[in-house]
Amino acid sequence: MKHLIDIKNLSIEEIDNLINVAQDIMKNKEKYAKKCEGKKLATLFYEPSTRTRLSFEAAMMELGGNVLGFSSANSSSASKGESVADTVRVIGGYADIIAMRHPKEGAPLVAVMKSEVPIINAGDGGHNHPTQTLTDLLTIQCEKHRLSSLTIGICGDLKFGRTVHSLITAMSRYQNIKFVLISPKELKIPDYIKKDILEKNNIDYCETNNLEEYMSELDILYMTRVQKERFFNEDDYIRLKDYYILNKEKLKNAKKDLCIMHPLPRVNEISTDVDDDERACYFKQAKYGKYIRMALILDLLEVK
Amino acid sequence: MNIESIKNGYVIDHIKPGKSFEIYNYLNLGELDTTVAIIKNARSSKTGKKDIIKITDNLDINLDILGYLDPNITINKIIDGKIVEKCHPDLPNQLVNIVKCKNPRCITSIEQELPHICELTDRENAVYRCKYCEEKVNK
Repeated sequence: MKHLIDIKNLSIEEIDNLINVAQDIMKNKEKYAKKCEGKKLATLFYEPSTRTRLSFEAAMMELGGNVLGFSSANSSSASKGESVADTVRVIGGYADIIAMRHPKEGAPLVAVMKSEVPIINAGDGGHNHPTQTLTDLLTIQCEKHRLSSLTIGICGDLKFGRTVHSLITAMSRYQNIKFVLISPKELKIPDYIKKDILEKNNIDYCETNNLEEYMSELDILYMTRVQKERFFNEDDYIRLKDYYILNKEKLKNAKKDLCIMHPLPRVNEISTDVDDDERACYFKQAKYGKYIRMALILDLLEVK
Repeated sequence: MNIESIKNGYVIDHIKPGKSFEIYNYLNLGELDTTVAIIKNARSSKTGKKDIIKITDNLDINLDILGYLDPNITINKIIDGKIVEKCHPDLPNQLVNIVKCKNPRCITSIEQELPHICELTDRENAVYRCKYCEEKVNK
């Protein structure tokens, strides 16, 4: 039985295969409309999420399956003190596959150790969010038509941003990738990402706190939100939350085919005047998320 | 002071002075019903002083943890009064309930029943990370 806990669990070939299936789904929706008929997806969301949960639910529905679950810890048995391991053992009797989001890091791995059905990590604290990374990879493939030879700027919270860590891990396996890491000094990329991933794989990277410094070189600009829920100290959050705001003016030196991405939700970090720019890909990115999750559900349920 | 030589068992030698009780506890030697001797502050030509633990009539003890606690320790395996194996312990690939993950964001911080599992991720620098949250753990 396969699970997806960390993007590192997938080989490049497996990722390519998921991307190919997702692109085929986009072209031939009817072909997939009944693939999961009679199957159920449980969405166990211990912390609030709109996009990821609805994206999973929409993905299963578009495959002809059904969904059940909860959308906050308060509406689950976790509020009575039930452990993650017990919950997945129970839910495994009701559903064929589980997508789990949990505020604590490693919770989905605990689920895997006890589950009798495939588990998908839908985000565990500041740790991993592999389906967001798959979404990002599908977006890059669809918009840039390649996953190699790219200069990728990543801006915002590089310290706590799980999407950032997973994206760097995933893209570091492709050829000729350069990262421009843009953050205030308090939110710089952790040393272990630099040492264990970037330096270990001889990936070219530079760090700056200036959003515009390398703008003209970027093929992709990945903006992130400074997440309030990752801070223990609210003063730090308030000081850093609006550090970067991307607007039309800041894009004046950017390439014409730049791809601007954001895992969403966006707060202030991308001005709405960028939304109509044809380089803004973040709403398309959210849509791609549904298709890659459809491909993933098919793969984990071993539906041909 | 005389400690009888052992016929079958282990002599754990070159323990840093004062660390033998810690090792005794980590190895759960208190649960054995065979003879265990702790020798503190024995004379050492290399380091001046050392601790030694002798375990008799028991060859089934898992000593993997010693590599994590102190790789300079020497383990002597004795059968029929002869040393049949003498080695420094290797770093174990996994530690279970030896060190606790201190990351407040880790699932182990709220689920007390979970075993604390750490895995060796960098042998060269002896780096262990929590299996769940991948945070580096310190001794």
